[in-house]
Amino acid sequence: MKTVIVRYTTMNRVNHWITAICFVLMVLSGLSMFHPMLYWLSDLFGGGQWTRAVHPWIGCVLLVSYLGLIVQFWRENLWHREDTQWVKSIREVADNDEEGAPPVGRNNAGQKLVFWSMTLLIPVLFFTGLVIWEVYFGEATPIPVQRAAALIHSIAAVLAIIVWVVHVYAAIWVRDSVRAMTQGYVTPGWAWRHHRKWLKELASGQHDKNLIRKRP
Amino acid sequence: MSDLQSQDYIRRSASTMTPPSARSHEDEVAKLIDVSRCIGCKACQSACMEWNDLRQEVGHFEGSYQNPNDLSPSVWTLMKFAEYENEQGNLEWLIRKDGCMHCEDPGCLKACPAPGAIVQYANGIVDFISDKCIGCGYCVKGCPFDIPRISKTDHKSYKCTLCSDRVTVGLEPACVKACPTGAIMFGTKTDMKHQAAERIVDLKSRGFDKAGLYDPAEVGGTHVMYVLHHADKPSLYSGLPDKPGISPMVEAWKGVMKPLALAGIALATVVGFFHYMIKGPNEVTEADEAEGARVLDETEKTP
Repeated sequence: MKTVIVRYTTMNRVNHWITAICFVLMVLSGLSMFHPMLYWLSDLFGGGQWTRAVHPWIGCVLLVSYLGLIVQFWRENLWHREDTQWVKSIREVADNDEEGAPPVGRNNAGQKLVFWSMTLLIPVLFFTGLVIWEVYFGEATPIPVQRAAALIHSIAAVLAIIVWVVHVYAAIWVRDSVRAMTQGYVTPGWAWRHHRKWLKELASGQHDKNLIRKRP
Repeated sequence: MSDLQSQDYIRRSASTMTPPSARSHEDEVAKLIDVSRCIGCKACQSACMEWNDLRQEVGHFEGSYQNPNDLSPSVWTLMKFAEYENEQGNLEWLIRKDGCMHCEDPGCLKACPAPGAIVQYANGIVDFISDKCIGCGYCVKGCPFDIPRISKTDHKSYKCTLCSDRVTVGLEPACVKACPTGAIMFGTKTDMKHQAAERIVDLKSRGFDKAGLYDPAEVGGTHVMYVLHHADKPSLYSGLPDKPGISPMVEAWKGVMKPLALAGIALATVVGFFHYMIKGPNEVTEADEAEGARVLDETEKTP
């Protein structure tokens, strides 16, 4: 039996992966309608008409799902003074030398920036997407508004994709982060290395005692 | 219009390669609409419906001769009636046949994301290849003239084809054939410009000193041109745009955004990849595990 720490509850994980699946589908279908060289991606959805039809609906699911993530995670992503310090020592962090950065709570500043970027971008994508949802809202707004919406939608989408690349890379780079989001737990050593302040909070009983468990 | 092995494309939507263009030595064509000779009989509208087999649902009287009220997936050309009171206090009934202008630089084609759904032939005609259309409505945003209409039943975009099927076999468009006053003419663009120039001289001699040709340079000229008595104020004619350019929003969205976006995404990915190659994964060490266990143990011992 080894001691592990529950980092993401089942609810957290299910919600995260619904969001992730929707996001990937949105990226694939959206890019196919954005750049001619990527139009072949529309074949994954059954052709151009299907892609055009299904993209907004997946977007609706994505918004609802992401709202769930906001409800569950907003509190632990509030920005503190040490986050600014952490950003300033990003060079050490990128060098795999986290000792040079201030001890991190449950989330580091990078994770918080990913969270808040998406919290901004996903609603922007949703509302601009509604404006250019031809089937239902094609006549709801004047054409100049639709033009602006299309441009903002594409800019926000590209930014969101870049944030997503950073997010995925960080998960691969920082070993055992993926396990935290698939199986839900991390080891005390992982917490010590990457989220020392959080580990100390856990140890001093500032969080739910049940988060520390034995696991075969 | 469907596609009969066209090898005379000069533009093809959402295409990064040169389209088949070997047979590209045709003269550019144009339709010239002399608004000053139009009597508003709608023969062109009927001929368009008949040749293209279009049947708009019967609508309601809206207090104007304009009928139907707007372009639609089955109304590709429409007589627009405007009542204008001129400086002398006289009423002028300005009737303009509205429809696709067949821009030399077509905004619809620039905006279209579906490869080959919008094409431009060497003769200048801009045509929608409907089976490739995905119904996204981007052409509506690209068009400076508010022409394309998306069908709610088949989710395809429709507009005037300039009777590309007739023109291909040496016929004039149906509306041209039907016009009883010769207000609609068709020929090479050069000929139509000459024709217009003569007509404008005539109109000026009759007191319309602002008469002129509407062939807006902002879209590279159009393959449907108007002779207007008030060429200084095109908007009098049911909102014909004074300066009909492709919106800068659309230009940015379809221009600089595309390479910038791909470069940005590629850069993020490449930076990530090489960071991994150079710095490697950030792994938990034995020492970390020992420290982590110590922190948890300490609290267990001192409750």
